[in-house]
Amino acid sequence: MSWFKKLMPSRIRTEGRARGKVPEGLWTKCEACQAILYRAELERNLDVCPKCGHHRRIGARRRLEAFLDPEPREEIGAEIVPADPLKFKDSKRYKDRLAQAHKQTGERDALVVMAGALEGMPVVAAAFEFGFMGGSMGSVVGERFVRGVDAALARQAPLVCFSASGGARMQEGLLSLMQMAKTAAALRRLQARGIPYVSVLADPCMGGVSASLAMLGDILIAEPGALIGFAGPRVIEQTVREKLPEGFQRAEFLLEHGAVDMIVDRRELRSRVASLLAMLTRRPAP
Amino acid sequence: MNLNFLDFEQPIAELEAKIEELRYLGDDSEINIGEEIARLQAKSRELTEQIFRSLTPWQIAQLARHPQRPYTLDYVERIFTDFHELHGDRAFADDPAIVGGLARLDGRPVMVIGHQKGRDTKEKLRRNFGMPRPEGYRKARRLMELAERFGLPVVTFIDTPGAYPGIDAEERGQSEAIARNLHVMAGLKTPIVSVVIGEGGSGGALAIGVCDRLLMLQYATYSVISPEGCASILWRSAEKAPEAAAALGITSGRLKELGLVDEVVEEPLGGAHRDPDETARRVRQALVESLDLLDRTPLDKLLDQRHQRLMGYGEFKHQ
Repeated sequence: MSWFKKLMPSRIRTEGRARGKVPEGLWTKCEACQAILYRAELERNLDVCPKCGHHRRIGARRRLEAFLDPEPREEIGAEIVPADPLKFKDSKRYKDRLAQAHKQTGERDALVVMAGALEGMPVVAAAFEFGFMGGSMGSVVGERFVRGVDAALARQAPLVCFSASGGARMQEGLLSLMQMAKTAAALRRLQARGIPYVSVLADPCMGGVSASLAMLGDILIAEPGALIGFAGPRVIEQTVREKLPEGFQRAEFLLEHGAVDMIVDRRELRSRVASLLAMLTRRPAP
Repeated sequence: MNLNFLDFEQPIAELEAKIEELRYLGDDSEINIGEEIARLQAKSRELTEQIFRSLTPWQIAQLARHPQRPYTLDYVERIFTDFHELHGDRAFADDPAIVGGLARLDGRPVMVIGHQKGRDTKEKLRRNFGMPRPEGYRKARRLMELAERFGLPVVTFIDTPGAYPGIDAEERGQSEAIARNLHVMAGLKTPIVSVVIGEGGSGGALAIGVCDRLLMLQYATYSVISPEGCASILWRSAEKAPEAAAALGITSGRLKELGLVDEVVEEPLGGAHRDPDETARRVRQALVESLDLLDRTPLDKLLDQRHQRLMGYGEFKHQ
């Protein structure tokens, strides 16, 4: 602080940080096409740019809100909250990171599960909250997912999961890795009972989540432009020491390589999934 | 500096070199130096005991990757008889980073599958440093399903830095290959025993590691991410790997405490690489005992137990 500023009484002193911030306004800019967009319109459009079709990331609750029928809805596993089994601490404590993520997102962990209906058909839907520690999967995400599977079994209802995750959560060590096996095993029970599971891969879907529950759908749907893969592009670039091909690990790349069944625009997801599930459960068209 | 010894092993290496030197002298000199050699050997042993009594997790991580550490095929030749290696995923290629085949353990036919690292540069490249591509995991799955059809137990050896992070691996669906293995192993209708013999590197390790009984060598590691990877993300510096190794809880002792590992197989003094034969003998004994134990469980109960075991993973609170 300069000597001049020190002279000023503290109540008229303005901190540099507060000054630079522009308040969240009515308008926003599309990251892809730079078009200036009216925020309310963007929200009505499920955060898909009306100009270029770019799919922005959206939160778990908004996702389920848009996907499920308004009634009935029942949240599953909300009472399960994270512990800190390793007392993990890096530059920050895991406990503090959890508290911060809670403050930022309003969630207690990175997966929200709801039993509800889709165009009148009972379904169980789960969605990852990428804003909560990168949507990482630890014990709570694994347990909530399994409870979602259990609810689907109990209701004889199809399961739909929207994955958006950086992978397994490092702060719970090997326990996080084991959630991959846990969720994969739970899905076997669904398969054995002939209950369909639709996995929707949203941006980004990587690592341990991609290599377990996300890739095990009876039907795999990707959102346009979503980054989907096992290893992150930076790690691959450092390993192979060459430039990655254009569009590498994007939804369109996966479709071309036979890794997903289809790419569906977010605004059509509800009707497409409803139509698919009606066929798999041999119901009349919704 | 002896490259076959790690940093913290150097004092032992120096003593061993001195002993070798004396032995060499002893051949062509009149002086009786047997006594001196015995004294130095005792000292070396004591020093090794002392160093190995208080290894840090980071030092253990280095031991798990020791260039002289026994790899899957070193155990296969010492533990099993009549090994017939089976190749290929029947769709794309044979991945030398995973080996597998039929063999006998104590007379009983089993399917053996494991990650395989190379010893010299050429072999390291051929084995891709033990980092499998999707075809490796698909070969493993094919062999497991083969074992299931013929009622043979599956034994897997885990030793990989991780699944290969390469362009081709992603193009051919690395995620799907790993996910599918987890799914298949969770319900495979035959007993599965896994042993972590070196590095248990994340999803690439777990993809052949879903099992009824998990054994782990004393100085092996098993982790959700490499200490270097974790350090560069959370500490923003790979140099913090020793801190990350400690925080992640990757050692056999810690994982046994957490209930994630069933049995720790003790290594000979100085680590598995100091006495591969003795290490293999101990692994063999643990494997035979594990299979005997699983044999006594009826199949439907075994599958139920496996499911319960998988469902039990996780530590959380109720609000």
